[in-house]
Amino acid sequence: MIDFLVPRGSTFAGEIDNLFLIITAVVGFWFVLTMGMFLYMMVAYRRREGVHAEYITGKEPELKRWITIPHGIIILCDVVLIVGAVRVWYMVKQDRPEKGDEVRIVAQQWAWTFYHAGPDGELGTPDDIAVVDELHVTVDTVYHFSLESRDVLHSFSVPTFRLKQDVIPGRKITGWFEPTRLGEYDIQCAEMCGIAHGVMGARLFVETEAEHAAWIERMTAMAAK
Amino acid sequence: MSADHADHAHHHHEPTFIEKYIFPTDHKFIATQYLVTGLLMALIGGFFAYAFRVQLAWPGTDIPVFGHMSPAEYNAAITNHGSIMIFWVAMPVLIAAFGNFLIPLMVGADDMAFPRLNRLSYQVFLVSAIMIIVSLFVPGGGFGGAWTAYPPLSAEATYNLTPYGSSLWLAAVAVEFVAFLIGGINFIVTAMNARAPGMKWDYVPMVVWMICIASILFMASVGPLVAGAVMLFFDQTLNTGFYDPSRGGDPILWQHLFWFFGHPEVYVVLLPATGMVAEVITVFSRKKLFGYQLILFTAIGTGVLSFFVWAHHQFIAGIDPRMANLFTITTVLISIPIAEMLFLYIATLYKGSIEYTTPMLWALGFIFCFLIGGVTGIPLGASGSDIYLHDSYFVIAHFHYTFFPIAFIGSFTGITYWFPKWFGRMMNETIGKIHFWITFIAFNGIFLPLFVLGLAGQHRRIYNYEHFPDLSTPDLQMLRVMATTSLLILLAAQVLFIFNFFWSMWFGEKASANPWKANTLEWTVPSPPPHGNFSEFPTVYRGPYEYSAPGRDTDFWPQHEPS
Repeated sequence: MIDFLVPRGSTFAGEIDNLFLIITAVVGFWFVLTMGMFLYMMVAYRRREGVHAEYITGKEPELKRWITIPHGIIILCDVVLIVGAVRVWYMVKQDRPEKGDEVRIVAQQWAWTFYHAGPDGELGTPDDIAVVDELHVTVDTVYHFSLESRDVLHSFSVPTFRLKQDVIPGRKITGWFEPTRLGEYDIQCAEMCGIAHGVMGARLFVETEAEHAAWIERMTAMAAK
Repeated sequence: MSADHADHAHHHHEPTFIEKYIFPTDHKFIATQYLVTGLLMALIGGFFAYAFRVQLAWPGTDIPVFGHMSPAEYNAAITNHGSIMIFWVAMPVLIAAFGNFLIPLMVGADDMAFPRLNRLSYQVFLVSAIMIIVSLFVPGGGFGGAWTAYPPLSAEATYNLTPYGSSLWLAAVAVEFVAFLIGGINFIVTAMNARAPGMKWDYVPMVVWMICIASILFMASVGPLVAGAVMLFFDQTLNTGFYDPSRGGDPILWQHLFWFFGHPEVYVVLLPATGMVAEVITVFSRKKLFGYQLILFTAIGTGVLSFFVWAHHQFIAGIDPRMANLFTITTVLISIPIAEMLFLYIATLYKGSIEYTTPMLWALGFIFCFLIGGVTGIPLGASGSDIYLHDSYFVIAHFHYTFFPIAFIGSFTGITYWFPKWFGRMMNETIGKIHFWITFIAFNGIFLPLFVLGLAGQHRRIYNYEHFPDLSTPDLQMLRVMATTSLLILLAAQVLFIFNFFWSMWFGEKASANPWKANTLEWTVPSPPPHGNFSEFPTVYRGPYEYSAPGRDTDFWPQHEPS
């Protein structure tokens, strides 16, 4: 459903889409049932000449069943939804696959700085490539990222990855993603961060290994000049 | 209390002009003050919505009446739209206006338990309303850090660039809380102590219960936020560092304090609206409420649970990810009492005799919209899918599918139903129904497209999506234009309501004491009720929903009628 609007660009995007689909199916079932009942009542029991309302208290066992049985089934549905939600949450936010590459992300009013590993493949060395508002990653590689803020709250949001994480000054927040789809996508700041919050976007470039190596080379050459 | 009542009943003197209009203590007049102030504030909140929706549909355009909108003005508009609609419209109209008007009349009292405190409540509220309006015009402009006011943005003028606007906004919100604390005490005490003899707890009309539960929820949740607001105010003005991480503070602390209040607040405004809907659907389907006690328990259950769900607003805010699992469980569980309450309301219609008057249309419209609002909350409460949907337009659409039914459909339900009692005249039904249908359809036209935009990844609080290539496609822009067009229609339709309201107030057909043939005590006194309400204090013999009781000539059975 979501992938109809935004392509799936990470390993967990499909999981989140499916979770949304399951939730939609379960609550959709109840929604259709309840709404159908509601609309039926509104039509069937509209005021008619000579027909009087019945005196019903809601304590009649044969009628109360219509409330208590759905009530019980809803609890079961809730269990399914909770298990589904926690499973996906655990996968995206708690578990973390082995690192393939890493990126350090620094947010400030109103720009993103992305520190990519340079030719040596290590972050935190002098050949790191720092780029403003452009994130370049290799497809099918597990990235570990860290988020820092220089001033206020921001939120690192990549719709195509189905990933969002707030950035908090004074803390370093970590997480992961694995891009699966080549192309160029939006990165958003999803937390109100001041007057230019509306332009705090960046672009994500998902590249093949060769493209990424070429980009690193180009950037390193540019820095050397 | 009954002995006191008998004494008091004969001692009412007619109030002087100053007593009646400048320093009133009559609960009905204070209710009118709250109602009118709340509806006037809704015009301001609606104007903001108009301005920023036009900006979103046609970015950079010269907005009629508003002019060109800068990013700072956009932020101030959305921030104050939210703050005003919640704190200065929903709360004064739903709780204060209807609480004041209905509680004494429905429990059979001559006034609130503390009439002067009641007057003070409105006066403090008025001060807060003036403060929020003034905050829009101070140097630097109104506060634009979103209605949630997360620090450090809200705490430091170097970040938010609104040195006066943000402090005044915060102070206004805090003063408004004081007004509602004072008011809430009054509602609870009046309902507990001033009930007519014979009115047992399960003879109390549902709306009175709901307003009392709402007041208790408010009083229990607002304390932490007031403490948080004081710290934030100190951060802003005295350069303290409660929320400043570079000085040992923690910005997330504010989020906990804010949402510990913020989530119960949803139910603070929801419950009075559901209470009014309960009164209306029983009267116009001539049915007893299906499972009175069960509805009451679902309300209390929802209220209690609402204190344990706040961190679902913070799943991705940087809290310990393990905590999200706990809050997912509590949040999803809240679907049980809410679903059950809706089931019981729908069951109330079963084998009824439904008359589609304007208030009934609003009440049924409430159930319809709130059902959509309820089910769309589940993917947000489920932590896994919230990762994607958080801070997107899906949240906005869900939120408005709960809040618009509450604040406006609920208020219109109450206003159209109690208008004859309040002002002594009937509202025009034809205009009322046209107003309902346009508002109802246009409301869905605004927010259904926003669900799609949210699923398409559109994030909140952005003044112009042209800066985001994936979001500035013609298809998505069409949805934005659709929502804005619907909003313009909805706003235009409110002229019908305003006209109907004032025209009926002076020229409507005179209302009898009980035009809807309802059971509750407010319909036993003349319309409008005189100062002191009851010429003779009533005694209550039965519950409020004895409609279509077997073996009677009439299909209603007023609470005060001896068997």
